[in-house]
Amino acid sequence: MSDVTTDRGAGGAEDAPAIDVRGLRKAFGELEVLRGIDFSVGRGEVVCVIGPSGSGKSTLLRCVNLLEEPSAGRVTVAGTEVTDPDVDIDRVRRRIGMVFQSFNLFPHLTALENLTIAQRRVLRRGRPEAERIGRANLERVGLGDKATAYPAQLSGGQQQRVAIARALSMDPELMLFDEPTSALDPELVGDVLAVMRGLARDGMTMLVVTHEMSFAREVADRVVFMDGGVIVEQGTPEQVVGAPSHERTRTFLARVLDPAAAEVGEVADDGAAGRRVDR
Amino acid sequence: MPLSRRRRARIIRGVQYGVLVVAVVVLALVADWHQLRTAFFDVEVAKALFPDIITTALLNTILYTLLGFGFGLALGLVLALMRLSSVPPYRWIAITYIEFFRGIPALLVFIALGFGVPLAFEVALDMNVTVMLSLGLVGAAYMAETIRAGIQAVPKGQTEAARSLGMSQGRAMVSIIIPQAFRIVLPPLTNELILLTKDSSLVYLLGLALNQFELANFGRDALNEHKSLTPILIAGLLYLVITLPLGQLVRRLEARTAKAR
Repeated sequence: MSDVTTDRGAGGAEDAPAIDVRGLRKAFGELEVLRGIDFSVGRGEVVCVIGPSGSGKSTLLRCVNLLEEPSAGRVTVAGTEVTDPDVDIDRVRRRIGMVFQSFNLFPHLTALENLTIAQRRVLRRGRPEAERIGRANLERVGLGDKATAYPAQLSGGQQQRVAIARALSMDPELMLFDEPTSALDPELVGDVLAVMRGLARDGMTMLVVTHEMSFAREVADRVVFMDGGVIVEQGTPEQVVGAPSHERTRTFLARVLDPAAAEVGEVADDGAAGRRVDR
Repeated sequence: MPLSRRRRARIIRGVQYGVLVVAVVVLALVADWHQLRTAFFDVEVAKALFPDIITTALLNTILYTLLGFGFGLALGLVLALMRLSSVPPYRWIAITYIEFFRGIPALLVFIALGFGVPLAFEVALDMNVTVMLSLGLVGAAYMAETIRAGIQAVPKGQTEAARSLGMSQGRAMVSIIIPQAFRIVLPPLTNELILLTKDSSLVYLLGLALNQFELANFGRDALNEHKSLTPILIAGLLYLVITLPLGQLVRRLEARTAKAR
């Protein structure tokens, strides 16, 4: 565990922001999904990104750990520029936890093995240490009794909590959440959000793409509203969700907060319903 | 009164059964049962086959099959990874190999290897090695395509999750993707094993010594010796002893996969 800590120190200056994004652009062929994004996340800050589907918020998140290769611009994570062609991206990714909409647990491994495999193969921790850390993190997400369960034996909410525990087991400096509750049945959302709330309380740096407005309002230090590949506005939850200054933000919030009042076609187009879960 | 649709269907089916029964009865009456019995069910000849047909022939069939399967599986995995590689020459090599060995009869490969390799390299390969190479080279082409399909059937999110935990591309492949891919392709791979069991009969082309005979060749040899077809029947039954449990295994695996989905 000690060598991991020194790894981090090598990453960059302690006072550098957790995430710094400058002039980020991303195009898939002709389609420009991100059209010049500038923003940063401070250490210990919880930032929620909201916006309609297709606004580029998931792509932004995936550019932070280079699951998507930016077309232009610079992304720096804790002082390490990940867009530098010479960077060892695998080393940077160890420090960035990521939670997916579709959980992406490894179905051939038990919950505990899901938590230990990267610790052992990537961080080179011994089995006893990896299992100790894994069990502690399962405990932390309230699933201490599910160590030997396979993902298929768990509910969606439990799977997502195991996925969070898996990311935490790598002792990440920051966590990325890509619509973590969008694939869940409504009654299972609460447990996952509770775990995320706990993380935020413990001071974890978090960048969260979400449709959970109440979560954003309650937990986020800052809310970023994206539309059409640009950041339309950002600020405290009170400002952005409570008193948005842009018309586009107001329209979006009206639809999300009161779906019944929205035009049917627009809502169906938005968020989790429209996105296929790949499992 | 015109017949109802259902009634007409029933009559047509009845006629079909009738034709089938008549054909079987006619064949049974025409066949010379005495001849058949003496040719295929000669108890004395059958007794003479044992125990060699088990201790030599059956064991050799299993040995050759496993040698070919093991080598073919390893080479098939390498070819599948090359086929999926982002490096174009690897892909071309894999595609060329697969298309070539899928396209030519295994029989020709056996002859080419059995006689070509000693000529080209002036070495006499061990028979087991030659068998392993011949069966494996052909089997690998089929298994490569099966394994490739399995790897591609693993959802993309699995790779993303592995990579986001800091695993390299290779580590993600070994620890996360390939174990899942093999679960997916276990039924078709078992089918491949059944096909290889039967293809192992082609090793006679390599020129076998007596103690290297496998089932088919052993049966053919005994046929000449005893002037009886009984060895063919016994050899055939022994193939089924190997392949039927494997077929059963495939069905069980498929049922398990279906349940897991």
